[in-house]
Amino acid sequence: MEAAQDTVQQTGAQAETSKKLFKGTGSQVLLNGLIEEGVTTIFGYPGGAIMPIYDALYDYADKLEHILVRHEQGGIHAAQGFARASGKVGVCFATSGPGATNLVTGLADAQIDSTPLVCITGQVFAHLLGTDAFQETDVINITTPVTKWNYQVTDANEIQEVLAKAFYIAKSGRPGPVLIDITKNAQIQIEEFPEYVKCNHIRSYRPKPKIRVEYIEQAAQLINAAKKPFVLFGQGVILGKAEEEFKAFIDKSGIPSAWTIMGEGAIPTSHPLNVGMLGMHGNYGPNVLTNEADVIIAIGMRFDDRVTGRLDKYAKQAKIVHLDIDPAEIDKNVKADVGVWGDCKETLPLLTNLVNENKHNEWLAVFRDYNQQEIDQVINKELYPEGDEITMGEVLRNLNDICGGEAVIVTDVGQHQMVACRYAKFNNTRSNITSGGLGTMGFGLPAAIGAKYGAPDKTVIAIIGDGGFQMTPQELGTIMQYGAEVKILILNNRFLGMVRQWQQLFNDKRYSFVNITSPDFVALAKAYYIEAQMVKEREKLRTALETMINHKGSYLLEVMVGRENNVFPMVPQGMSVSEIRLK
Amino acid sequence: MSTEDKIKYTEDTLDLDGKQEYTITVYAENRIGLLNRIAIIFSKRKINIESLNSSASEIDGIHRFNIVIHEGYEVVRKLARQIEKQIEVLKVYFNTNDEIIWQELALYKVSTDEIAEKVTVERLLRQYGASAVVIRKDYTVFAVTGHREETDALVKALEPYELIEFVRSARVAIIKDSAGFHEKLKEFEAIEPGEELVENEFLEKGGKIFTM
Repeated sequence: MEAAQDTVQQTGAQAETSKKLFKGTGSQVLLNGLIEEGVTTIFGYPGGAIMPIYDALYDYADKLEHILVRHEQGGIHAAQGFARASGKVGVCFATSGPGATNLVTGLADAQIDSTPLVCITGQVFAHLLGTDAFQETDVINITTPVTKWNYQVTDANEIQEVLAKAFYIAKSGRPGPVLIDITKNAQIQIEEFPEYVKCNHIRSYRPKPKIRVEYIEQAAQLINAAKKPFVLFGQGVILGKAEEEFKAFIDKSGIPSAWTIMGEGAIPTSHPLNVGMLGMHGNYGPNVLTNEADVIIAIGMRFDDRVTGRLDKYAKQAKIVHLDIDPAEIDKNVKADVGVWGDCKETLPLLTNLVNENKHNEWLAVFRDYNQQEIDQVINKELYPEGDEITMGEVLRNLNDICGGEAVIVTDVGQHQMVACRYAKFNNTRSNITSGGLGTMGFGLPAAIGAKYGAPDKTVIAIIGDGGFQMTPQELGTIMQYGAEVKILILNNRFLGMVRQWQQLFNDKRYSFVNITSPDFVALAKAYYIEAQMVKEREKLRTALETMINHKGSYLLEVMVGRENNVFPMVPQGMSVSEIRLK
Repeated sequence: MSTEDKIKYTEDTLDLDGKQEYTITVYAENRIGLLNRIAIIFSKRKINIESLNSSASEIDGIHRFNIVIHEGYEVVRKLARQIEKQIEVLKVYFNTNDEIIWQELALYKVSTDEIAEKVTVERLLRQYGASAVVIRKDYTVFAVTGHREETDALVKALEPYELIEFVRSARVAIIKDSAGFHEKLKEFEAIEPGEELVENEFLEKGGKIFTM
């Protein structure tokens, strides 16, 4: 018995030594791990507590491209843009204290929009933890509610396992941001490290369940019996890389499908069953008909309040089928009659097999009727305005003509965001990048930088308002330094437009602190050696846009648009989706 | 009973909107910071935790939290799902009081003179199921284990006799209908290749011990 144990131990020991050991610092083994995980690009900003990692990075310049941003918030938004455009995990570095706290907005944004990120923050030496040391903040506790997972490393021997877990957690299941805080002593600690092993299972974490076929069958029964079925899809389709499976499902079942702004682009704008956008500034038909459909099939969306409007008057007549990978979303806001918990890449083909081929021509015609009303009363005025002032909609119409739906469009937050989502054409998935859940002004410019790195072959256009641009303009410096080819389109209405619109509609035009002035954006861009121009006349708009798109390198175009234009249709807050206003 | 089974079980028998006491049982990894992650789920929704206990579970290395809140069924169900979603949480159960066996422990410090003069210790011991933990010249400490009403009753009884200190522990609860976590853990670990199951002496006789 003892002899047998000895043999086992010996074999074990041999197996250990036959594995390649790497002798080096915690910082080096961290960077090796990032390379093992396929990371090529890091957005970051150095500082005292992360200096050993940056020192190690000096020798990795050929393998890891580090983009020095101008503010950690810019770094994390860039990592988000990278992740959203590429489908990979975005990585960013920041130092302790203020570096780490500057990540919080981006973490919250990534958490609510399910963006896979791994953020590495430096931390003071382990023996100083809790002493209010220089640049010490309790980043783990600060970020707990806005991360999918976080962990503080105080010993270099933990780094590999924690990093492997971090990547696995960030990208599996419902993706999300992960933060690893590494104390300085662990960064400089020299050890012999084993080979890096990727993580593929954590016993307390189930990224996706085994599919329960009985629920698929129940869903199919409801769908097959439906006269007016309606599909609502969200970013889950994109995150699950299930665009093809989704298209196969709607093509076979013939069900009209509307998107949340996070789901936009999962199928092309031109797809005959794509009936448009849901929610507060969504299309007329999809909102009204939500309250007329008999079966609603929600796929990878979470019934956000901006989508549902008043909840107790939302789709009460409909049976709800809800497909989601996150069981906490099923029944959270809208009670599902059939909840299909699972990865839609797996559930959709099963469902497609069971649904009948159908063409809901009459039902689709109802959508078309509503669409025609919206075209007549809203869309034509926005896209082909008769007044002198340029509208945001006509800028988008021209952009669609020039780019043909091939560009990646990154937006900031506000009126321009709603207009861009409503009118931009998309041929490809991962082309619409916007801060949906958190509504982070200042997201657009840094996210566009990241998107360009994530999709280098695409034209990347950042559409930003005059307000949002002034929240993160420092990232022009990043564009300047790296020559990131971002086309910046500022739609300037000289107001914080969305808040102004609400004040006009609901606060008797009491324009309280929405009158924002701007610097000379063209001069600002030129100060950063970025080509720029401003237009205010319609005749020059098309040429200006073409100049921007065709320019080799980054470019800033400021378009002066109507001051007091409103985004319609609109479901006023607290109202039902069927009470959507066209003016 | 899993959260899913519970839906079917409870919907016919309970007033879904009515608030009542729920005991949430969380099986989780023993990790620094997890308690905070769980507590945030309650405070985010401005829900007060009435009682919280963190202890070992029937399985070595797996932690068990008992959390008591006063809420409606729908809210508790959503909370349970949000907790279960946390990476280091394995499983969450929630139960009404009739579905669990629970106990709280209370300690009472009273003046020995006072108690000896005015009330017989024996009577207290008998009537409230108390036990004397320490008897000193200057004070005596009693302990009572039981439900809230029982521990409260002794507070009332001792009020006239100079109750110097009182403390009550969090609730610990056993789910009547649970077979423990051993089988579940196997499921959780099954996907991982090469990982050895945590050996536990109760694995073989689980049925005997956990059937009530």
